[in-house]
Amino acid sequence: MIALEKRAQPSRAWVVGGPVLAVVLTMLAGGLMFAALGTDPVEAIRIIFWDPLFSERFAAYSRPQLLVKAGPLILIAIGLSMGFKAGIWNIGAEGQYILGAICGAAFGLAFYPSESPLIFPGMVLAGIAGGVLWAMIPALLKVYARTNEILVSLLLVYVAEAMLASAATGWLRNPEGSGFPGSRNLARHAGTANLELIAGTGMHWGVLAAFIAVIAAYVVMTRHVLGYQIRLAGQAPRAARFGGVNPARLVILCLGVSGALAGAAGLFEVSGPAARISIDFNVGYGFTAIIVAFLGRLNPIGILLAGLLMALTFIGGELAQLMLGVPAPAIQAFQGMLLFFLLALDLMANYRIRLKREGMA
Amino acid sequence: MTALLDIEGLTKAYPGVVANDDVSFSIQPGEVHALLGENGAGKSTLVKMIYGLVKPDRGAMRLGGAPYAPAEPRAARGAGVAMVFQHFSLFEALNVAENIALGMENPPKPRDLAARIREVSETYGLPLDPFRLVGDLSAGERQRVEIIRCLLQDPKLLIMDEPTSVLTPQEVEILFHTLRKLSAEGTAILYISHKLEEIRVLCDAATILRLGKKVGECTPRDVSAAHMAELMVGKTLSVPARDDHEPDEVLLEVRGLSVAPASPFGTPLRDVRFEVRAGEVLGIGGVAGNGQDELLAVLSGETPVVADAVTLEGKPVGALGPNERRALGLLCAPEERLGHAAAPDMSLTENALLTGRLRQGLDRRGFVDWGKTRGFAERVIDRFDVRTPGPGVAARALSGGNLQKFVIGREILQDPTVLVVNQPTWGVDASAAAAIRQALLDLAQNGAAVIVISQDLDELVEISDRFCALNEGRLSEPRPARGLGMEEIGLMLGGAHGMHEAAQ
Repeated sequence: MIALEKRAQPSRAWVVGGPVLAVVLTMLAGGLMFAALGTDPVEAIRIIFWDPLFSERFAAYSRPQLLVKAGPLILIAIGLSMGFKAGIWNIGAEGQYILGAICGAAFGLAFYPSESPLIFPGMVLAGIAGGVLWAMIPALLKVYARTNEILVSLLLVYVAEAMLASAATGWLRNPEGSGFPGSRNLARHAGTANLELIAGTGMHWGVLAAFIAVIAAYVVMTRHVLGYQIRLAGQAPRAARFGGVNPARLVILCLGVSGALAGAAGLFEVSGPAARISIDFNVGYGFTAIIVAFLGRLNPIGILLAGLLMALTFIGGELAQLMLGVPAPAIQAFQGMLLFFLLALDLMANYRIRLKREGMA
Repeated sequence: MTALLDIEGLTKAYPGVVANDDVSFSIQPGEVHALLGENGAGKSTLVKMIYGLVKPDRGAMRLGGAPYAPAEPRAARGAGVAMVFQHFSLFEALNVAENIALGMENPPKPRDLAARIREVSETYGLPLDPFRLVGDLSAGERQRVEIIRCLLQDPKLLIMDEPTSVLTPQEVEILFHTLRKLSAEGTAILYISHKLEEIRVLCDAATILRLGKKVGECTPRDVSAAHMAELMVGKTLSVPARDDHEPDEVLLEVRGLSVAPASPFGTPLRDVRFEVRAGEVLGIGGVAGNGQDELLAVLSGETPVVADAVTLEGKPVGALGPNERRALGLLCAPEERLGHAAAPDMSLTENALLTGRLRQGLDRRGFVDWGKTRGFAERVIDRFDVRTPGPGVAARALSGGNLQKFVIGREILQDPTVLVVNQPTWGVDASAAAAIRQALLDLAQNGAAVIVISQDLDELVEISDRFCALNEGRLSEPRPARGLGMEEIGLMLGGAHGMHEAAQ
């Protein structure tokens, strides 16, 4: 009989080695799937994991895309992870991301056509404010009316999408756009553009912000009393209250921080890679970031790696579709396998498998 | 006469510890047999094997002469073995009859069942109304539900795990009456306890376990309690000592404290008032669930109240949070170690930070000084003899007694003005319990005020200067503990109401 037994201490070897093994297992299982689909498995795996970074043909385009795609994922996931550690479930980062983009873009466009260097910093602040504002709705409702933040934050995503559509087709529409929906191009206007900081790398202000967030979150979670209180509240709520943690303050703080980072991510996206407010501006970064946060085990360094890995499979998956004609569902299945193996092996960090022999005297 | 239950060479090992090592004894029909031992001596594992919850690695059992190896509790019940656990498994929102029906294989119709419950409860002197909600019952009444649930199966052997830990002295009398009656009818009882006086009064035979091994057997009536204690612990115990002294100025005062319960089955506090002086130990007794947790939450600051209801050295502190009170010198150690007093998955170092941050200066402008925190954890471990490989170990990896030493030590080492502890020696072995009590007395000796909330009356009588009791959220008038008899204490615990019928 096989039984799981909880380890007294999490195993260090599995915490580090588990994800590596998961990638290897995904390559094997995914290779079998690609072979069954009639594609050369070795080539498919190479195109997904290797070519986006190192092939001469594609790397010039896809390498910068890695940071462009990973940036918002990491930035949002870092904010979410702090709340998740405290047991506060912000599922509506997508909505806060949209609000950040709308508020930031509206601020920038209000001063159009000024090219003052103060406009972009102002847009960043407006974007953060938009995200925080949207996150405060579930936070205050949870604190004062005891509603469930999961439902409220999630449903507010759909409200945010409706507001995005109204902004794109109405009050933020480009007056010189001959009636097409969508705002002015923010990335091509000097005052509002989120520029690439180092040419050809995809490194823009949002990616820099994501890296800073990783470092700041790492310091807060391991060295600061606030990080300690967040972990405490998530692991043992009663002990946290005994230790002097104010639950209401923590809810507002955690939702505020995750809203701020999601809002900032939205602003950096709308003023850079996406370039404008459009109806289909949001592509699910806010939801994917939840997966990234858990994939990274809610640890800032883990989230950094998980965000990069997730971005790589997106880019590599697109490349494989293009080059080999692999169907899109196969790529999704492949990404699913990666998640499956990562989470399954995650169990081994906290549990060990024992083979028990039946029988007794 | 053949033995009812014969146990031969039972052995059970868990990773890292041998819970039972070659244990043999037998129980005669109608015998009340005590199983004695400290926490961790292997009593629970042994009865779990008898009840089919755990399979032995080696050894054999015979029940009524036939080989007996229950694969699961259902098989044990089928063979006539019933067990009343220390922790009840009852649903508070269901009534007594519904709870009993849930545990039966083929429950009869509710009306028939209620009639049988009444019949059994009258036969054995256990008053119980089948239609009352379990949530409204006292701990003693809940235990009756569990006992009646067992008696409905007509057991040949009834196992009782520390049944008196939640009872008032009067309720204990009722229980003993019932057990004697059962034994007279031929039902054998395996009685687990570490309360020696009880065992001397009730039991016909005793088997004593220490560290998983059987270290002796005796006839409890013929030997002294001290003799049994020595067998149990393996050495002679010292009784905590203290000098006489006059209490000083009032350090903590509580008055007019009324708090509504947080949950439907919680206990409200009703007009609680008391004061504690420097150098004094105030003992607060009471059966579990009479407002102990609620009172501790009010004193720790987890449940804020109006400022004037709690004053510390003359300052109103009722509205302050836990950390503000700590800064002023009011420290607490709650009963529930895992999840309340300590975070299970955090290391001892991290748990040292939980309450030690302000008074030990473990952070600088919000940034934790982990080196200093580890040092504080190491001092607690060292000073209170916490058995652990080091401060990096998770709290859940410690045994209950060791964690309790850590939790109490963490507060005592912070030099409190007023210390409130709830069940300070619960689950701690006898020598460690003596050390904790001595540390509490030393603290009072050095001028602190100590409040000990406990269900262990012997402990309270031993260390308190004054004694009072919580009953349904009311606190009795504190009385000098010296010279207080068990009879009086029992009446204080029972609140002197509802005890007349029970005493008959």
